[in-house]
Amino acid sequence: MVAAAPTEERVWQLLEEVSDPEVPVLSILDLGIVRSVRVEGEQVTVSITPTYSGCPAMNTIATDIRLRLLAEGITRLTIHNQLSPAWTTDWMSRAGRDKLEAYGIAPPVDGTATGHMLNLFGKDTAVRCPLCKSAHTHLVSQFGSTACKAHYQCDDCKEPFDYFKCHA
Amino acid sequence: MQVAPSDTSALNAYPPELRQLLFQYVLQLADTSLILGHRLSEWCGHGPVLEQDLAMANIGLDLLGETRSLYQYAAELEGQGRTEDDLAFLRIATQYRNPLLVEQPNGDFADTITRQFLFDNFHYHCLLQLRASPDERLAAIAEKAVKEAAYHLKWSSEWIIRLGDGTEESRQRLDKALASLWRYSGELTTPTATEKALQATGLIPDYAALLPKMEAHLAHVFEEATLPVPQGAFMMTGGKEGRHTEHLGYILAELQYMQRTYPGLTW
Repeated sequence: MVAAAPTEERVWQLLEEVSDPEVPVLSILDLGIVRSVRVEGEQVTVSITPTYSGCPAMNTIATDIRLRLLAEGITRLTIHNQLSPAWTTDWMSRAGRDKLEAYGIAPPVDGTATGHMLNLFGKDTAVRCPLCKSAHTHLVSQFGSTACKAHYQCDDCKEPFDYFKCHA
Repeated sequence: MQVAPSDTSALNAYPPELRQLLFQYVLQLADTSLILGHRLSEWCGHGPVLEQDLAMANIGLDLLGETRSLYQYAAELEGQGRTEDDLAFLRIATQYRNPLLVEQPNGDFADTITRQFLFDNFHYHCLLQLRASPDERLAAIAEKAVKEAAYHLKWSSEWIIRLGDGTEESRQRLDKALASLWRYSGELTTPTATEKALQATGLIPDYAALLPKMEAHLAHVFEEATLPVPQGAFMMTGGKEGRHTEHLGYILAELQYMQRTYPGLTW
């Protein structure tokens, strides 16, 4: 069978079905790591950018993209690893943020990136508990279960939870 | 590795000599983050508390990520067919270009924090400037890494303050760590011949311009920690030119064991 030449629109639809291996409720489009899709005849080029330099999920994501597109008959695929402009949580979709919270991970609070203000012992970002929705929470550690998350605890329901760090 | 490298055509714009210098410099940066990342990974499962164990593993992972981007670029600059893995696993100690500071042993938590703080203060300020390098690859790598380095510097700065202005024992240990590690801090901003040549072209930051910012941050942190800033100490150098302390050989023996024992082994 000869597959019809893929369209850009179709490729984006397929990418929506590829999920983040560490946060499976999010598609890679929700996360904002797909930067561009180019289709020239049968040749498809997808550019992805890592959330963090050492993100161990990047290889898996590249493999998952390849497998998903292959299942659709797309064999001429190049995946580019694009570092600049650097990924920011601003690229995470509204739907992605809602899905994160429903999954038990507090979504990034905009405008709270460490940025270049080191703010030693500064006030912790106020993060809402994704479980009981209380605003009474505190930062346990900036470094959580993965590079992209910080570790918080709720002072009301006492549950520890992950917070997806704002990264701008 | 299925991810294709970025466009390499820009590399051919460099005259061969400059390209060689840039290769040496990128290799030095890669070696530095690899060796420090490896040191931090040695803490995994041994941290004083779980949260700090995780913090060190996270920072080590960030550094390893930066390392990979750098080795990939170094391999392309060299253009001899070597891969990132060849560069990491198949060179001997005298071919490594990391400064002496990052190969120093973990010691106790105060030693690790001191080593990290001295490095982070340089790393962060250097990356800030490197973002503006006319070399697009280096600028892109720096743009990515500086966001992570800011978290690292915040973490190590806060720990210097906690330990310095903490208990009698934490202060004593920090004093001891500083007495043994301060002598390695000067190498970070002492340019080698390679670095001087690249600084002259504007491709990499001039360390003299970084120093006031590094000194200001260090003075602020040390003041909060009630620590005096060490003065006029003799500074050890040589790592960036391949003259290392005895510690590097042991690190490489561990790091390279698998590739040396089973050459070409892959997952």
